Amino acid sequence: MEVTIGWYVALSSILFIIGALGVLLRRNAIVIFMSVEMMLNAANLLLVAFARQLGDLNGQVLVFFVMTVAAAEVAVGLALIVAIFHTKKSIDIGHINLLKG
Amino acid sequence: MGNPILFIILAVVAVGSALLMLLSRNPIYSALFLILNFATIAVYYVLLNAPFLAMVQVAVYAGAIMVLFLFVIMLLGAEQGEGVFGTGWQLPAAVVLAIALLGSFIAAIVLEGDVPSVATAVDSSPTSLALVLFEQYIFPFEVTGVLLLVAVIGLFVMSRKMKKQ
Repeated sequence: MEVTIGWYVALSSILFIIGALGVLLRRNAIVIFMSVEMMLNAANLLLVAFARQLGDLNGQVLVFFVMTVAAAEVAVGLALIVAIFHTKKSIDIGHINLLKG
Repeated sequence: MGNPILFIILAVVAVGSALLMLLSRNPIYSALFLILNFATIAVYYVLLNAPFLAMVQVAVYAGAIMVLFLFVIMLLGAEQGEGVFGTGWQLPAAVVLAIALLGSFIAAIVLEGDVPSVATAVDSSPTSLALVLFEQYIFPFEVTGVLLLVAVIGLFVMSRKMKKQ
């Protein structure tokens, strides 16, 4: 038995789907954010696995850029969540309905 | 690409911590389980011949980003959960969508077949990685620097506005 690329594809698919379920199901905005981070990490894992499989460093460099963008996204997103909390006193996404007609 | 037994143990830890993150009522527990998940992914990076990325994963993701998450959770006092999951039709709809997604992933794996493999691992030391990053990808690298600057300015503007209110 040998570990092939298919194992990594399966693992990162499962992690990605758990993250997608978190985005769809959870109501706490911070947990939704963490689920998005997990989806990014699943994609990163697959990029590194294929970089190893194909003997190509470009995949690893792409993971660097994903990490940088994720860091910027987390900083801005958490600031937005804090701002929403200051106006609504809640981060339950069920309560964020100002745009509702 | 790693020892099968090690892979399976790590996969159990990774999927288990991901599920516990999804199911925990308290966001602090969710954050801590997510840190465990990131740590196992860092171990996978070591198995996949990416030692520098493993180090960055631990330092940036499990360190900086998750500390920011924990800080915001504790700052807002948001750990008292109200309703954890969506109500009514949201749960079955999400499960159906997730199963459809999983099915399409499995179909993609089965139908696509094998990817040609390189027997010997390429040199992925920090030096060779930096050579690729700073020669081939120097312009995207500068752009991400600008992106981080924009994020910092955005944070500054938003916190100033909040003070005025």
